[in-house]
Amino acid sequence: MSALTFLIVALIKIAITLGVLLTVVAYTVWLERKVVGRMQNRWGPSRVGPFGLLQPLADGIKFLLKEDLTPPYVEKNIYLLAPGLALIMALTSIALVPIGPVIHLFGISTPVQITGVVDAAGQPSDINVGLLIVLGITSLGVYGIALAGWSSNSKYSLLGSLRASAQMVSYEVSLGLSLVGVLLMSSTLSLSGIVHAQQSTWFGVIPQWFLFRGQFVAFFIYMIAAFAETNRIPFDLPEAETELVAGYHTEYSAMKFAMFFMAEYANMVTVACIASVMFLGGWTGPTISFLPLAVQAFLPLVWFTAKIFFFLFLYIWIRGTLPRFRYDQLMAFGWKFLFPLALANVIVTAFFVAWRA
Amino acid sequence: MHQFLFIVFAVFCAGGAINLLVQRKTINSALSLIVVMGSLAMIYLLLGAEFVAVVQVIIYAGAIMVLYIFVIMLLNAGDEEASKGSNVAKYFGIPGLFIGGIIGIGVLLKHRPNDTPLKLGALYGPADQVGMLLFTKYLLAFEVTSVLVLIAIMGAVVLARRSDS
Repeated sequence: MSALTFLIVALIKIAITLGVLLTVVAYTVWLERKVVGRMQNRWGPSRVGPFGLLQPLADGIKFLLKEDLTPPYVEKNIYLLAPGLALIMALTSIALVPIGPVIHLFGISTPVQITGVVDAAGQPSDINVGLLIVLGITSLGVYGIALAGWSSNSKYSLLGSLRASAQMVSYEVSLGLSLVGVLLMSSTLSLSGIVHAQQSTWFGVIPQWFLFRGQFVAFFIYMIAAFAETNRIPFDLPEAETELVAGYHTEYSAMKFAMFFMAEYANMVTVACIASVMFLGGWTGPTISFLPLAVQAFLPLVWFTAKIFFFLFLYIWIRGTLPRFRYDQLMAFGWKFLFPLALANVIVTAFFVAWRA
Repeated sequence: MHQFLFIVFAVFCAGGAINLLVQRKTINSALSLIVVMGSLAMIYLLLGAEFVAVVQVIIYAGAIMVLYIFVIMLLNAGDEEASKGSNVAKYFGIPGLFIGGIIGIGVLLKHRPNDTPLKLGALYGPADQVGMLLFTKYLLAFEVTSVLVLIAIMGAVVLARRSDS
């Protein structure tokens, strides 16, 4: 593959992935309003388009046309930088996620993954520290929120962003440790390598996903920590509206608020992607042999989408179910329960892997 | 390409470091330090040490600097006042910088590295090789560092513990 083809293929992949991601983000908001509405015995959005399906579009227009207010007392440069930083960090990490296997189109083979390439043997390969890069980008995402709260010069914003940064730094530890078990079993840090390690099945039926290979404790730790990382109920203390108005984005309006909003949902999608890659085998799934070949080629994407949808639905379901934690409970839970449990999981997995080797 | 990227990130790194010292607002200094850390990570990446580069971002930019910003936010630190310079810096710092610079240049001239640029992956890049080195060749340094970290954690616990009086 020449440098020019590589560049064109990469640009096409980036454009498609970004477009799909932003659409998913918009419709996750719609799905959330719809599902939570039904859980609370009301209709949710139903006026704009059939089933309210055009609601995200209407919201987008509203965000663009609203008055873009910059309060006079803010630290202007940082105030303007913060939402962009949050959104960029949230949208970048999808580049590392292997979405599907190698596809062959117009004589070019490439994996459905922005950073993925095909090596000389026709096997997909990607950056061999891929997972760490995702974690690094996630940890940089804190800055958007922290700086937003600080630069707003408002006590609600400041308290919200203090809570957010403390919470995200604390739960990142458990989140990282919960992934170590999977890394020990797959012995690679590359995300496509981790998917590859889960491809086979037991008896041709049960997939050998790491969730079924003993990493279920890690899976639950990861999910809990991920809820805290993305500031979702029951851990949405940074924007607890009963205490802090709207937390770190109190002073933001119009598109700048929308950027924080999109960043939160894009982070949800990324976390769901990593969860399905690490624990649920990524795009792997049963092959359905009676379907025509052209349809079968799309099956991996269907499996991946289904897994992402499951996680997004879980987010919404829990939002409709659980009340908010108290802040000291959140910290105590993170450090005194989740962190030791994650450490224990690493040690047990390490012994298990060493014994099997 | 390599050389161009190196120059870009070296300029970023040095510029960030100078800006860190010049800025009056604490938060701007902290943000400049993040730029320094980030461009250092990119230089590590150019050297082929991808694992070290990512760890640099995660640990320094992602964890330590977040705590810095956290403290600045908590204390609501404002402008720093420019001091008239310290005597220690005047009598020891400048001669020290001079002597250190001469020694550094001398060492570089004596052990001049060859001009061929390093290829990506020429160093101990991947995580497994770094781990192998840490647990074999540099085991003693690794263990001593871990004891140091343990002592620091214990110090933090002692300082943070409520007095039982």
